[in-house]
Amino acid sequence: MRVHAKRAGALLGGLLFPAWSMADWTLNMAPGVTGTSNEIFSLHMTILWICVVIGIVVFGVMFWSIFAHRKSQGHKPANFHENTVVEVLWTIIPFVILVVMAIPATATLVDMYDTAESDVDIKVTGYQWRWKYDYLEEDFGYFSNLATSKDEIYNRLEKNENYLLDVDNPLVIPVGKKVRLLVTANDVIHSWWVPAFGVKKDAIPGFINETWTRVDEPGIYRGQCTELCGKDHGFMPVVVKAVPQEEYDEWVAEQREAAQRERELTEKDWTLEELMERGEQTYASACAACHQADGSGAPPAFPALRGSQIVLEDMDAHLDIVVNGVSGTAMQAFGGQLSEVDLAAVITYERNAWGNNTGEMVTPKEVFEYKNQE
Amino acid sequence: MSAVADTHAQDDHHHGPAKGFSRWLLTTNHKDIGTMYLIFSFAMFLLGGTMAMVIRAELFQPGLQIVEPEFFNQMTTMHGLIMVFGAVMPAFVGLANWMLPLMIGAPDMALPRMNNWSFWLLPCAFLILVSTLFMSGGAPNFGWTFYAPLSTTYGPPSTTFFIFAVHIMGISSIMGAINVIATILNLRAPGMTLMKMPLFVWTWLITAFLLIAVMPVLAGVVTMMLMDINFGTSFFDASGGGDPVLFQHVFWFFGHPEVYIMILPAFGAVSHIIPAFSRKPLFGYASMVYAVGAIALLSFVVWAHHMFTVGIPIAGQLFFMYATMLIAVPTGVKVFNWVATMFRGALSFETPMLFAVAFVILFTIGGFSGLMLAIAPADFQYHDTYFVVAHFHYVLVPGAIFGIFASAYFWLPKWTGHMYDETLGKTHFWLSFIGMNLAFFPMHFLGLAGMPRRIPDYALQFADFNMVSSIGAFMFGATQLLFLLIVVKCVKGGAKAAAKPWDGAEGLEWTLPSPPPYHSFTTPPEVK
Repeated sequence: MRVHAKRAGALLGGLLFPAWSMADWTLNMAPGVTGTSNEIFSLHMTILWICVVIGIVVFGVMFWSIFAHRKSQGHKPANFHENTVVEVLWTIIPFVILVVMAIPATATLVDMYDTAESDVDIKVTGYQWRWKYDYLEEDFGYFSNLATSKDEIYNRLEKNENYLLDVDNPLVIPVGKKVRLLVTANDVIHSWWVPAFGVKKDAIPGFINETWTRVDEPGIYRGQCTELCGKDHGFMPVVVKAVPQEEYDEWVAEQREAAQRERELTEKDWTLEELMERGEQTYASACAACHQADGSGAPPAFPALRGSQIVLEDMDAHLDIVVNGVSGTAMQAFGGQLSEVDLAAVITYERNAWGNNTGEMVTPKEVFEYKNQE
Repeated sequence: MSAVADTHAQDDHHHGPAKGFSRWLLTTNHKDIGTMYLIFSFAMFLLGGTMAMVIRAELFQPGLQIVEPEFFNQMTTMHGLIMVFGAVMPAFVGLANWMLPLMIGAPDMALPRMNNWSFWLLPCAFLILVSTLFMSGGAPNFGWTFYAPLSTTYGPPSTTFFIFAVHIMGISSIMGAINVIATILNLRAPGMTLMKMPLFVWTWLITAFLLIAVMPVLAGVVTMMLMDINFGTSFFDASGGGDPVLFQHVFWFFGHPEVYIMILPAFGAVSHIIPAFSRKPLFGYASMVYAVGAIALLSFVVWAHHMFTVGIPIAGQLFFMYATMLIAVPTGVKVFNWVATMFRGALSFETPMLFAVAFVILFTIGGFSGLMLAIAPADFQYHDTYFVVAHFHYVLVPGAIFGIFASAYFWLPKWTGHMYDETLGKTHFWLSFIGMNLAFFPMHFLGLAGMPRRIPDYALQFADFNMVSSIGAFMFGATQLLFLLIVVKCVKGGAKAAAKPWDGAEGLEWTLPSPPPYHSFTTPPEVK
């Protein structure tokens, strides 16, 4: 039945709208790939079937009355309106069903809350509107941004199969290991969800939530932010790549090296062109969501950078805003989020892009000194 | 001169309604105020519905076509606020105003001047709320639950106006509730003991206590927001020693009883309509009253089931899970009682009965998904997905809204003195029923497949059911204009309604002619 529906849907969809051919008529939750998600799935199915059975009984009696006890068929009404035994029964029976249901639910919950004895600890931080993953034992971390292009979102390009569910740098975890996730946020509340793991945890600024997962099958798993977090709430997916241990170790070694190289870049002497080139990329991932790719912003919430007094003239104020943010507004403090190189690059870019031709540049060393002057 | 003449004319008609606009502006008559509440709530229903149409149009296909995410968020926020505070709550207050005095044999509400004021505050509040759409930075865009710090540190400049509007609505609701309690406790006809009160009166009495208990909490939470935004406090800002989760605790302490405020009066109305068209007394009157009381009490200890993913300790998690599951018991009792009332009756299916039967079936489906959501581990998967959207629309649309429609059709002949057009009424019902299920049932599937709520665009695997849902929503939305037509037609004319147009109906309101005189029950009736 479902296969037929799927085929019919795919056929019809393929004819009507290209997007429909990708669609499937999924009706139910998927069991997922972790112990937790499987337990949740079986709880879900149990309670669903209990509801279906109760529904059949209750609606059965109701429809029987609707068909058999109609006035139009000359049915004469009975006059009963009380029965203590029945009332007591239909209070106690549902209560017993609930108790039966609560027992496995409690067991699953206790298991979900047990974050002890983890093998890997990763800090997950929600930002407007991307995730940051910090590998706490390994001394590196990175941002994970939406990889879907604006052209796809605005229907100028055909949407690919992972439309809105694709990121530049996925979270990488080893299979078969207990991964503890420390979830927090930098600005507003976000929520980190991967349905296949049965893990959803709110990321709350100023607080750290704990959760864990153990994935046994290698693969790529996708989810989304599930707490309304502003304009681009629908555009901050979660992608997790579960890989075998050896592959994971290799990847970690690579990342550590790359992080080390990145730190050394601060010492390098940068030219304006190099900074501009790097700044353009940084701007696109960190700033363009609010200030727009052409620096026009969306006033009053997100001021324009093109032609801005601060960007054109006051270098210290510019540094201050980017590094420390503006409290009470959506402008975050990027000092802790971006490297000195990226900070220098993005400030230089903003002062020289879109007709802001100041010719001024700020070097990573100067940013480093600025950050450490207090 | 004319003023003098008017006074004379009024004297001749023994205190008939005043003429012109001042009748409506200055009236203290419960029937006039009830009518104004109902008209206002229907206007808000259409406005909030229009916003829902914008949302569904954007979600018709993947990709951004019609609105930008920023505006989409304003639409979801305003849709929720307007439907909850502008459409559903005032509609029930309107029904209370019209029906409570008629049902308990009182001449009017106990506090008629306050009644006038509590109504006229509402248009003011909504004028302010809707005007935020035209302000720089746009309307509130943080969801109807306005979680901090998205609504405080990161909120648009119009947030302060939103807070002011919520305060005014709250004052209006509290005054309405005081009036209901004062009326029910003081103005019942001789002989009408508490356990002889019609169920609509009972449910409204309990609802009014809920309102008085929780509206100040809402006022408190928005005031804390106001302080955080404008006066430098940090109730909800962790960097100043506050706690964003505190917001959610306070909000849902208001929010959960609030959802029962929106459904209990419908329980009451349906408990009159089903016996009337089953031609058989309500089964288990006393247990219905106790069940409503139990639901109301439990509603104060379940708020954190909206917050299973915020990281409350496991003991709290378990407590709120068990307490929430318990609500299924009294709710089940109500459903069983309605079914037992229908069982072996002599049923007929006029429009009020159709809406009432659909209410029982579809509200029960919403109750089932509510029970599923109560299972905390499973909630980790359901939370903030379209499954939740499906759940609360199933309890609010066929629950609250169908309850209101059922009441409106049930009492329209009484209010207007004319029968409404039965064919059009049934058409309204069937189109609403099909449209509503088409719009909201697929949302269960979307949520289970993993679609988060409050997103303006979605991944491709959600495309099919979203399109189905949008088509259903357009159908449901367009159908509601038919209701306007039916009511206007019924007010203007139609077959004369008897004092008791429904042969199975019972209660004091049916002892009055249709329409009842402007001042009814000036001498109280005797209840045996």
